[in-house]
Amino acid sequence: MTIANLKENLVVTGEITLMFRDFLVACVTRPFYWGRLFEQIIHLGVGSLSITVVIGFVTGLLMTLQFGYGLATFGGTLYVPGIVSVSILRSLAPIFTSLLIAGRIGSGIAAEIGAMNVTQQVDAIRALGTSPMRVLVVPRMLAAIISLPLLATLSAFMGIIGGVIIAYLEFNMPVGFYVNKVLGFLHFSDVFGSMLKCAVFAVIISLLACYKGFKTTEGTKGVGEATTWVVVRTSIIILISDFFLSKILLLMFA
Amino acid sequence: MEKILEVKNLAKSFDDKEVHRDVSFSLYQGETLGLLGHSGTGKSVLLRSLIGLEQIDSGQIIYRDRRIDDLSEKELYPVRTKISYSFQSGALFDSISVFENIAYPLFEHTKLGEKEVAEKVRELLKIVNLEATEDLMPSDLSGGMQKRVGLARSLALDPDILLYDEPTAGLDPQNIEKIIDLINRCRAKGFSGILVTHDIPVARRVCDRLVIINDGQVHFTGTVQEFNTSEDDFVKTFLLNERAL
Repeated sequence: MTIANLKENLVVTGEITLMFRDFLVACVTRPFYWGRLFEQIIHLGVGSLSITVVIGFVTGLLMTLQFGYGLATFGGTLYVPGIVSVSILRSLAPIFTSLLIAGRIGSGIAAEIGAMNVTQQVDAIRALGTSPMRVLVVPRMLAAIISLPLLATLSAFMGIIGGVIIAYLEFNMPVGFYVNKVLGFLHFSDVFGSMLKCAVFAVIISLLACYKGFKTTEGTKGVGEATTWVVVRTSIIILISDFFLSKILLLMFA
Repeated sequence: MEKILEVKNLAKSFDDKEVHRDVSFSLYQGETLGLLGHSGTGKSVLLRSLIGLEQIDSGQIIYRDRRIDDLSEKELYPVRTKISYSFQSGALFDSISVFENIAYPLFEHTKLGEKEVAEKVRELLKIVNLEATEDLMPSDLSGGMQKRVGLARSLALDPDILLYDEPTAGLDPQNIEKIIDLINRCRAKGFSGILVTHDIPVARRVCDRLVIINDGQVHFTGTVQEFNTSEDDFVKTFLLNERAL
């Protein structure tokens, strides 16, 4: 990395930090656009329901299948419900759902705001005496912060259901036994930790997407580059920050 | 006439590129001022600077005896309801209808109910001769129609000053006539305005005074008559170039 690159990255980090500060201020001051927030929750959250359900369910199927046969060698099939449910709830559901949202929603936000920027619509919002932060950023970021934890929890729930089905069909494990084991392994802190991580990932995705949207220049080419930038950056940051967040949560709740 | 807007010694650069070195001019109540100049002389940048869409490096912008160049973005919001900007492309919000585009500033800055807003929008669409378009999306409109909807939106809050950025650029003669007619009707209603244009015939027809920007500063200021009869070499060349086009 050259000095110029380092300097550029520091500037970007500084600008994103300032944008986050402005977001926090805009959240607690008037005017607040409730209608736009609900619109975005429908768009970002409800719009991602089906794919989240599928991904969660399939993850549960696969994890149970692999762990089931893997642990059967050591006579450890009984531990499958606990291992699968904890893995899904603590890490896989937040990660997979966040990566999915980064691809689906992050790129969408960057493209939408980027296109608005290059067609002077963002300038028009300012010229009409209103704030792009309040009109565009706050509803999208809050919608992501509200939707992503709920989507990830749903995904984890579907994963556990997938696990129940495969455990029953492949390993003849009674449903009641599986569910009891899951409930015995999981704690409220697992659900809370998962949702907290997702809220942080939602901030990362939506903040970077909005930032890049506002920085988009050079027409349609710039819009394409912005979406790629957002998906790549947010995916990397989510994966890295998941490790540190997991460590912090383990220290807090272990 | 009352001075409504004054620009004093404005300077603006982008990185190392100096766009404006020393620009000064005034706008009087009820007049339409034309900003002319060759491509790249920063006419649109100047117009954007007037409402803080671009930050100036030095100088002053005074609106009704109050400096507005040093205001924060938030402090500029009320100013922007009084100095309205009509974008070259129209800059309509493409995800909402024509009606919603024009209603946007009304819902944001007035306490009008839905019925009153609807009436006002229809009235504005009538002014720009686009009565039957309120349910259409911006993508359903031609370039000329989009500009006229943009003008209707900028008129919505009854501003003091209208800033027109190249309102006739890229339009066919028929649409140019419609825009000229619209600007002249705004003039007749007493709106003050600043028009950025390349089109000297259009400027002659809608402006009271003209300002020519060259080399980062104001080269000429005067009435259309003074512009037509100017003995200044640059103005003569400017006119000759226009005739050659």
